[in-house]
Amino acid sequence: MSDNHNHIVDNSLAGKVKEHTGVLAARCYQCGKCSAGCPVSEDMDYPPSLIMRMLQTGDPKDEELVLRSKSIWYCLTCEMCIARCPMEVDIPPMMDYLRSESIKQNKANPASKNIISFHKAFLDSIKQTGRLYELGLTLDFKVRSMKLMQDMSIVPTMLAKNKLNFLPELIKNRRNIKQIFQKTIDKKEETK
Amino acid sequence: MKLGFYPGCSLEGMSREYSDSVVALAKRFDIELVQIPDWNCCGATAAHNLNKELSLSLPARNLALAEKEGFTDVVVPCAACYSRFSTTHHELMHNHDLRHKINEVMEMEYKGTINTLNVIQFIDKYIIDKIEEKIVNKFNYKAACYYGCLLVRPNKVLEFDRTEDPQTMDVVMRKIGADSIDWAFKTECCGAGLSVSATNTVARLSGKIVDDAEHRGAEVIIVACPMCHSNLDMRRSEINKYLGKKVTTPILYITQALGLAVGISEKELGFNRHFVPVNLPKKAETVQKEEVKTQKVEVE
Repeated sequence: MSDNHNHIVDNSLAGKVKEHTGVLAARCYQCGKCSAGCPVSEDMDYPPSLIMRMLQTGDPKDEELVLRSKSIWYCLTCEMCIARCPMEVDIPPMMDYLRSESIKQNKANPASKNIISFHKAFLDSIKQTGRLYELGLTLDFKVRSMKLMQDMSIVPTMLAKNKLNFLPELIKNRRNIKQIFQKTIDKKEETK
Repeated sequence: MKLGFYPGCSLEGMSREYSDSVVALAKRFDIELVQIPDWNCCGATAAHNLNKELSLSLPARNLALAEKEGFTDVVVPCAACYSRFSTTHHELMHNHDLRHKINEVMEMEYKGTINTLNVIQFIDKYIIDKIEEKIVNKFNYKAACYYGCLLVRPNKVLEFDRTEDPQTMDVVMRKIGADSIDWAFKTECCGAGLSVSATNTVARLSGKIVDDAEHRGAEVIIVACPMCHSNLDMRRSEINKYLGKKVTTPILYITQALGLAVGISEKELGFNRHFVPVNLPKKAETVQKEEVKTQKVEVE
């Protein structure tokens, strides 16, 4: 992130992105390589290069659309965009920041509901046990997303192939894990 | 010899055969993999999608515990865990304030002495030079080496293989007699983190990968990540539905292929735990294979 630009206080979304991630959207010159290589750009409402453009305009309307977009949730953080960007605009950390900001401002796109439910169920499992409890996660996600029947067809094979642990693995110092959660994600806002 | 080992949650659960094959292979080379005591989940996609400090603190706790135990090399076979460990180490070593903050959050100190090895680096450092004398069954198959995302990207952090057309896995596979093919989807994403929450997207992304490998004549796809494995293997019925045909190409972990070559049984390597049956055709050993192998070019 070599930016030799003078530091100016910038309250735009691009400014906040820079402050939290060190990445400068202004460096993007719209070649579109990120959008061409992005495996999920066809699922997105705005492909990555357009997200960069919307950050560059600094128009609050554009910023609103970015935070409410599906794009930031469909991003898989596969890192293809940064691998191919001629200007080395590191998009994945920007996406991480935009996601957390979108939740914080209560602007997460309705289409992302299942994705966020899954992430939250995942983190809850870790918070309780220190490790991921796959069966618990699956059940928790089913309840949160109301997709009760999803994947039921593979369950018998999973059981036959001994792919599901029935009991969670508990680490010893779970207090330490709870502490880590309290001092990070649970500190700023209620994530439930 | 003893090395630090971080299996991660998938390898203790759905992808136990990956862990089993890594441990069995190491044992064959007199290496004992010792788990980091009381390790926790790395936080995976969920943590870094929702909170940066959490996403750094969870792997940092494991790194600090490994350091306390006196390990230097820690083997992390899951590509996603490897990515989180490497990113955390990189961020904390390049930002003192952040390291201080994370140390404070986890109430432990990480000094930065841990060297995280992905499975290929582990094989490269400890196994590859000694493997030839131990080979009992040549792995005479056309193999598509699938690296996926997190083993090679972001290059600035991992400094591992090149991001387009990587070669490290191919070199290892050729050593055991495989014909590693040239194909187009080596580093495309399988859909990983969306496996449960956006199944259609995963069927499309993984479908394209499996389809290209099959189209180019691969008899097997080799992976080094439990997420890649479960998307290409366990999601095969969705993939077949997306492709409108039945693709039977099996998915093997690289450690399963190596294990087979050095004579570890299919059962011990957990082949029976795969959704797509691993029916590799028996092939006669050919001398001519030897010649082909030596002609192959090494990585740049």
